[in-house]
Amino acid sequence: MIPLSHYLLVSAILFTIGAVGVLIRRNAILIFMCIELMLNAVNLSFIALAAYQNLVDGQVFVFFVITVAAAEVAVGLAILVYLFYQRLTTDVDDINSLKG
Amino acid sequence: MPIPSIDFTVILPILILSCAALFVLLLDLFLSAERRGLNAYVSLAGVAAAAAATSLQIGRSGTTLEGMAVLDGFGLAFEWLLLGIAALSVLFSIPYVQQHNLNRGEYYVLMLFVTAGGMVMATSNDLITIFLGYELLSLSLYVLAAFARERAASGEAGMKYLLLGGFASAFLLYGIALTFGTTGTTNLTMIAAFFDKTPIAGNALPLIGLALLLIGFGFKIAAAPFHAWAPDVYEGAPTSVTAFMSSAAKVAGFAALARVLFVAFPSPALRLDWGNALAALAILTMTVGNIAALLQNNIKRLLAYSGIAHAGYILIALVTGTAQGLEAALFYLLAYTFMNLGAWSVVIALGRTGEERLDLSDFAGLSMRHPRLAAVMTLFLLSLAGIPPTAGLMGKWLIFSAAIQQNLIPLAVIGVLNSVVSLAYYLRVISLMYTRPADASFSLSPVARPLTVAIVVAAIGTLALGLLPAPVLQWVQIVRF
Repeated sequence: MIPLSHYLLVSAILFTIGAVGVLIRRNAILIFMCIELMLNAVNLSFIALAAYQNLVDGQVFVFFVITVAAAEVAVGLAILVYLFYQRLTTDVDDINSLKG
Repeated sequence: MPIPSIDFTVILPILILSCAALFVLLLDLFLSAERRGLNAYVSLAGVAAAAAATSLQIGRSGTTLEGMAVLDGFGLAFEWLLLGIAALSVLFSIPYVQQHNLNRGEYYVLMLFVTAGGMVMATSNDLITIFLGYELLSLSLYVLAAFARERAASGEAGMKYLLLGGFASAFLLYGIALTFGTTGTTNLTMIAAFFDKTPIAGNALPLIGLALLLIGFGFKIAAAPFHAWAPDVYEGAPTSVTAFMSSAAKVAGFAALARVLFVAFPSPALRLDWGNALAALAILTMTVGNIAALLQNNIKRLLAYSGIAHAGYILIALVTGTAQGLEAALFYLLAYTFMNLGAWSVVIALGRTGEERLDLSDFAGLSMRHPRLAAVMTLFLLSLAGIPPTAGLMGKWLIFSAAIQQNLIPLAVIGVLNSVVSLAYYLRVISLMYTRPADASFSLSPVARPLTVAIVVAAIGTLALGLLPAPVLQWVQIVRF
């Protein structure tokens, strides 16, 4: 049987890849995908932790996370489409008129 | 498996508010463009009904939904506060959405959903429901920030808020996952029971979980170093939305943060860790907020940084970890609501159809042009700075004395020094209003009635909390778990 620590390690690595991606990627759609990667890394942790302790709560939580993530993407892509119409770019460096 | 019975009276205010939001959404379909104003008043009625339902719950306590939702004084106090913010925000939004062509029904629907999300956060006893409330509040705010879609800045604000908000909620979730992994539960009371029985020495997992939770909530309350989104989002979002979110998101974030820390992590070993972490956050937040505010020339950015600084003062109240600190935090949030929403209302009142006046120089000579508006703005700014006889002074005094009682003297001293720094930028606006000549090129349009009501209520609240704080000091004692 695969020990729990392996799952947690993979989850931590995926989360870190996602977090680094959010920080270094410049395309808004790719940043979205990195956030999704972070959320799914957390889901992996939840399922592994729940399965190894025979608890159902953690697995239920994952359904909530998936639903919320879908809602977030729906809102995000709608805003992004509008921004793209206005500026013809999805590069976050070009969408940066607010600063100071 | 039997389906557990649900005591709907526990979550009645949230249900009423959500139903009101859905009703406004439907109603909007049947209204012609010139009758859209009705949406605002129906929303106000929904907020009033929810507040009435909250009042019916005084003195009761209980839990429902398998212990996920809880009815206690803490929840009641924050529900009232959030409903009050919603009511004032609907009022000052009425003229704003008309002037800026934003008068679509969804505007008020989203505002009600933000409030409902905040109320879920304040009355949850489980990390699952806190997360759901957090997301309901956040997703609605992302859309509201991007609501003026014709203006590019608004879309940019929504996008930035969403990307950084999604980033932060991933951290919050990871914190929840690790806490769940350590304790085997997401129920706050049971988490506390677990830490009572089990020593955590040598196990880093709960501490990492706690740190990640702090990042998630720190983002929502705009605490430094997780504040970078706030000035940009506040500047780009429609001003009425900025005003609303600067209060509602902060109050809801503090409610959830306080409940998680006080209910789930009160065990002495952990208490020391989060106390130290919050103290560091508080110092950084106050200092960054106040120093950055000194450099701003746009009133929205100035108030954004001032809001960051105020989050720092309230963090001091949480560091104490005592009931007295909790009462001080609630009092300060109430005071902050009045003075902050009041100041934003004046900013809205300066604008006119299709045009906003957001530069500090637009305040020049306001005392000549509109003496009453200048006078109330002075009141709000003095209160934000903490000058007697206003709510701000009373709130700061409560927080600093709670800190000194717990021997957190350095923290209190840094807080006082920060208030002194903050005087500089508040006084700068006041001196512009009273000593500089007015720019002749623009005229003020008359202040609309709902906006006047919002400003007057905020001004009365600011003064009353400063001059007659006794009944409110009595009231804040309900904030118990």
